[in-house]
Amino acid sequence: MLKPRYAWLGDKLLWAVLLLAALVFGLPHSEALFASLFPQLERPVYRQEPFTQLLWQHVLLVGASGAAAVLVGTLAGIWVTRPAGRAFRPVLETLVSMGQTLPPVAVLALAVPAVGFGELPALIALALYGLLPVVQGTITGLQAVAAPVLQAANGMGLSPWQRLRQVEGPLAMPVWLSGVRTSVIINIGTAAIASTVGAKTLGSPIIVGLSGFNTAYVLQGAVVVGMLAVVVDMGFERLARRVDWAH
Amino acid sequence: MIEFANVSKTYGHTADAPKALDDVSLRIGSGELVVLIGGSGSGKSTLLKMINRMEQPDTGTVALDGQDMVHMPLRELRLRMGYVIQSVGLFPHWTVARNIGVVPTMLGWKPERIAARVTELLSLFDLDPTTYGPRYPHQLSGGQQQRVGVARALAGDPEVLLMDEPFGALDPLIRTALQDEVKRIHQASGKTIVMVTHDIDEALRLGTQIVLLEQGRIVQVGSPLALLSQPANKQVADFIGRSDVGIKLLSLQSAGSLARVEAPQSTPFLPASASLREAVSTLALHGCQSLNLLDDTGAHAGVLHATDLFNRRHTGSLPLSDDQGQHA
Repeated sequence: MLKPRYAWLGDKLLWAVLLLAALVFGLPHSEALFASLFPQLERPVYRQEPFTQLLWQHVLLVGASGAAAVLVGTLAGIWVTRPAGRAFRPVLETLVSMGQTLPPVAVLALAVPAVGFGELPALIALALYGLLPVVQGTITGLQAVAAPVLQAANGMGLSPWQRLRQVEGPLAMPVWLSGVRTSVIINIGTAAIASTVGAKTLGSPIIVGLSGFNTAYVLQGAVVVGMLAVVVDMGFERLARRVDWAH
Repeated sequence: MIEFANVSKTYGHTADAPKALDDVSLRIGSGELVVLIGGSGSGKSTLLKMINRMEQPDTGTVALDGQDMVHMPLRELRLRMGYVIQSVGLFPHWTVARNIGVVPTMLGWKPERIAARVTELLSLFDLDPTTYGPRYPHQLSGGQQQRVGVARALAGDPEVLLMDEPFGALDPLIRTALQDEVKRIHQASGKTIVMVTHDIDEALRLGTQIVLLEQGRIVQVGSPLALLSQPANKQVADFIGRSDVGIKLLSLQSAGSLARVEAPQSTPFLPASASLREAVSTLALHGCQSLNLLDDTGAHAGVLHATDLFNRRHTGSLPLSDDQGQHA
């Protein structure tokens, strides 16, 4: 066991963040390493854009699309579990799962003719794609709140809003959060494909590398995307522990 | 006072759907402990839920203190009533103290007043406030959870306490203890309590008035004694259980009521507040003819003789004739 003073050394999330930072800052200086690994390549390290910039744009794209998916998905999930929207629940569930059935590349391909190349089609496709886990997490979480708890809340005179905010919301939070987690993690991977429609992301080295037979580029892009997914997932795990009321 | 007037209710919309309540009229006086009893499907729970408008009558009216409830704001109405259900329904993500403080918080009490009220209620239910206040519901036993459930219902000092089979899920020992606590609270506070149960012994033990329902209709309303001694019809008699009516009657009277003023004898002891039923049990257990009775302080309070229990002259002192059941 580490002494409390050095407890932070055992923090896995911290080490993962440091490793990610080391990757994005270190890759431009890894010419020698990749040259020895791939001696046949003329340019063994991706230099069209700095990895720091690609990481930032990737995070921005996932963050913006994720925020949209979480906002819309959560509100829709709450709405169909209220008396007013209950009738729309099957329709909503069918719609979002249809959205999920389409492969992400197809969603991207469909978005391009509609809004053109660039960040916007990627944003739309990712937001639509991230909707399903959020909607399902919201509905499942709210449905799982025990009937006696709701009966007691109603019987004691909590208003519908108080019931949602003080009782249902906190109780549904862990399941909701795992839906958000799934949504965001899927979209970190899917955002890499978004560089096919012209959005600059960590997928760019992969796409460029695949089309130019440059395995080193593919490897560099993949390692950074993978590490980003690991960091974010660890962050969600930490958050999940904080909202877990079941101790 | 709560008054039901010609209340009917049907679940489902088919023409042959059975009526949950069929033209029920009932008056529940302030300070009564009214027990609604009946088999499943008798409508007892529906009747209770109409008091805090968890259910609405199809026809007829429910009035609180002479005012038709339909015209009262729902939230204020419910804040005036404590509500206890069989499955307790404590909020699992809140501590015991916060659970108890729900209604006072909604009523806008100051934090110090809420804290004082929580401490008072936990102590009332024999739960040490510093130990149990910060715990979460899942850290409590079933009996403790329902104690907290009742404490939570009483927290806002409601005029009416509604209890829907509150002790049905508890084991007999804990159930008896909680019944005693409810009885004590009722006597100390004078609150109107309406309780649903399917347990006739619970009804006889607690009720000042018992309302027996069957298939949505009131079969009989009366005191426990009236129900036992003057059942309205065969159904009532069957429900109460014919074979041990005599024993049940004994449970309504205290051992002290038949005490003879005599010096203590070399026989077993029994608290004078125990029922005659317990006295019979003790007599049978020890195979003796008399018991020494003790008052609350443990001092001698007379002697109970077995012969007095079975002597017509004394059992005749049960006021069988001057409390007739109201027949519905």
